[in-house]
Amino acid sequence: MHNSQTQTVVYEQFDDRTQQHEASSLGMWIFLATEIMFFGAVLTAYTVYRNLFTTAFEVGSHLLNTKIGALNTAVLIGSSLTMALAVHAAQMGKRKLLMTFIASTMVLGGVFLYIKFVLEWLHEYHDGLAPGLHWTYAGPQSGHVAMFFVFYFILTGIHATHMIVGEGIMTVLFVMAWRGRFSKERYNPIEMFGLYWHFVDIVWIFLFPLLYLLGAHGAH
Amino acid sequence: MSSSEVANRPGANYLNVDYGIKSWLLTTDHKRIAWLYLVAITFFFAVGGVAATLMRLNLLEPQGLLVEPETYNKLFSTHGIVMIFLFLVPSIPAVLGNFLIPMMLGARDVAFPRLNLLSWYVFMTGGSIVMYALIAGGVDTGWTFYTPLSTMYLNTHVMATATGIFIAGFSSILTGLNFVVTIHKMRAPGLTWFRLPLFIWAMYATSIIFIIGTPVIAISLALIVIERLFHVGIFDPALGGDPILFQHLFWFYSHPAVYVMILPSMGVISEVITALSHKKIFGYHFIAFSSIAIAAIGFLVWGHHMFVSGQSIYAGLVFSALSMAVAIPSAVKVFNWTATLYKGSISYEAPMLYALGFIGLFTIGGLTGLYLATTAVDQHVHATYFVVAHFHYIMVGGAIMGYMAGIHFWWPKISGKLYPDGWSRVAAVIIFVGFNLTFFPQFILGYLGMPRRYAVYPPEFQTLNVISTAGATILGLGYIIPLIYFAWSVRYGAPAGDNPWQATGLEWTTASPPPTHNFEETPVVTEEPYGYDRIAEEIQVA
Repeated sequence: MHNSQTQTVVYEQFDDRTQQHEASSLGMWIFLATEIMFFGAVLTAYTVYRNLFTTAFEVGSHLLNTKIGALNTAVLIGSSLTMALAVHAAQMGKRKLLMTFIASTMVLGGVFLYIKFVLEWLHEYHDGLAPGLHWTYAGPQSGHVAMFFVFYFILTGIHATHMIVGEGIMTVLFVMAWRGRFSKERYNPIEMFGLYWHFVDIVWIFLFPLLYLLGAHGAH
Repeated sequence: MSSSEVANRPGANYLNVDYGIKSWLLTTDHKRIAWLYLVAITFFFAVGGVAATLMRLNLLEPQGLLVEPETYNKLFSTHGIVMIFLFLVPSIPAVLGNFLIPMMLGARDVAFPRLNLLSWYVFMTGGSIVMYALIAGGVDTGWTFYTPLSTMYLNTHVMATATGIFIAGFSSILTGLNFVVTIHKMRAPGLTWFRLPLFIWAMYATSIIFIIGTPVIAISLALIVIERLFHVGIFDPALGGDPILFQHLFWFYSHPAVYVMILPSMGVISEVITALSHKKIFGYHFIAFSSIAIAAIGFLVWGHHMFVSGQSIYAGLVFSALSMAVAIPSAVKVFNWTATLYKGSISYEAPMLYALGFIGLFTIGGLTGLYLATTAVDQHVHATYFVVAHFHYIMVGGAIMGYMAGIHFWWPKISGKLYPDGWSRVAAVIIFVGFNLTFFPQFILGYLGMPRRYAVYPPEFQTLNVISTAGATILGLGYIIPLIYFAWSVRYGAPAGDNPWQATGLEWTTASPPPTHNFEETPVVTEEPYGYDRIAEEIQVA
């Protein structure tokens, strides 16, 4: 039997670290492909209805708080930067720097979620813009505006779920980094998580214009 | 004998290394995970089978023999949902794929063994929720969950069922991911892409569909749950939604899912035909690429389920043409298998009987698929028993025959034991006869206009329905026999030896049952697959 037990960082099904690293990278990219299909299906439905009910979707979009949405976009891009720096710190084998950057990413992610839930969702709920729970909007095409908000909550909800999962994984990674489990040779989990986090950010980069920037905002 | 003594014995294998319940439930060995799936899907097959039996019994009488129409609706929904999502989709990939992919690649395990175990637990979680929904009162949406029926009108356990399938879907996604990475990165030295067994090519194509298709059905079912839960408009026309959109999203996965169910069987048939004809497979490259072509074109044909749903006729024309295009790679396979049989030294053991049955039944199922892909004919037979018969010729005559062929072919490797040859051949013939008797009359019923999914029917259809039910009884008996002799063989079967079929392929070069890490030494591959001509020469020389 091939013995790879001497190198504890290589799992027994792999021959060497290169094979292990290539396998986990490919696995992560395939996972992200499934994520694209996951979001893609909802975005397809969104696109169909946006084409059918263009005006109502614009009205709905104008009811969102674009400034806070833009602020959140900046926060999330910032977290992508700290994540990229975390991967770099891991590759350099700098433990304290790695912990700092993971913690910064977690804080920025937390700020994003706070803004999303407290400053946006809660407000929209109170303003009667939450279809199925509290809907009081009585303007024209109320039904189709409601549909815009259904997609708004579904899309931002799935996105936020991914963020929350990410925060959980980062907690584990932070503890692992604290215990010195990463080194110049072993930083694969950080790199793989980095891919995930950037993906979640990119999804938001698509969601922000699709939800917040419909129609000519400047005219209002 | 303690388990540690057993593990130190020279004859230790993955089965006798440890007998504890924890060693099974926490295993990361792909071969043991295959067993976990085998037990689970056999149970789900029994559940789906009971529902089918009750349906067939009810249809003995035109006014319905057994149950109320409402119950009948739940029976066909249960049958469809359980058989498709909990049996056919995982059947060959999760059982034979798990067991064989690392062995055929000369690897110690799949790329992500812990993820593999997690997939099983995810599958069991989803399956248990579906079982809960059935026990709590069942669901009557049909397996298609069409809106707005499923979201606004039915008062059954739609949400629990949809949630269960949503969760089980992640098991497919993770399994597909695991297999693709394993096939790319875990091949033994010298095992190039065109030296891979055709079963691997088929599993690769299947895994691609898992990865691309399953997320879409998952989110579609989640949208159904959201629409039901909050009464908001997504698909319901009363709230501004479009029910056709749901059908698009549903069939975007669920048509490729048909290829998830049939492609692995095609992979099995390719292995069995060549091994038991003792002849090199004909047209290796064509068979390999036809699997990829079926997976690729299969993603572009979903609209043929919606010819009468109000989709644009121009879309219908395109979907019709593309659907017919799938027949080309499918026929390529059938021709190549037939050419492999030609002048082969064919032996008629159980796997070969199932494989031959597969070729005939799949051909009938495929050709009737062309009728249904023709928009004009589809107008006439849409939602009749013609569709039911076509579908079952592919799914039972194709997918399950392939599954049976595979289980019989690799059982000596999986269990290390031989099953009774005579009984296995008898069972294969019984299943073939029972199957045709069940489903051939349904082609006629459908052509004459009997709609599917009805608990009652006009009296003139009774004769054909009675024949169908009689066939189903034979078919059911046919499935029970292998269950008994496989269980028997685990304890009493004669030792199989490493390579009872004199087959090529890395999985036959190691012990039966294999050791935990599959191979004593990582194998090195130096030649093309299916070198049966050489084996025949060696036997002659000897």
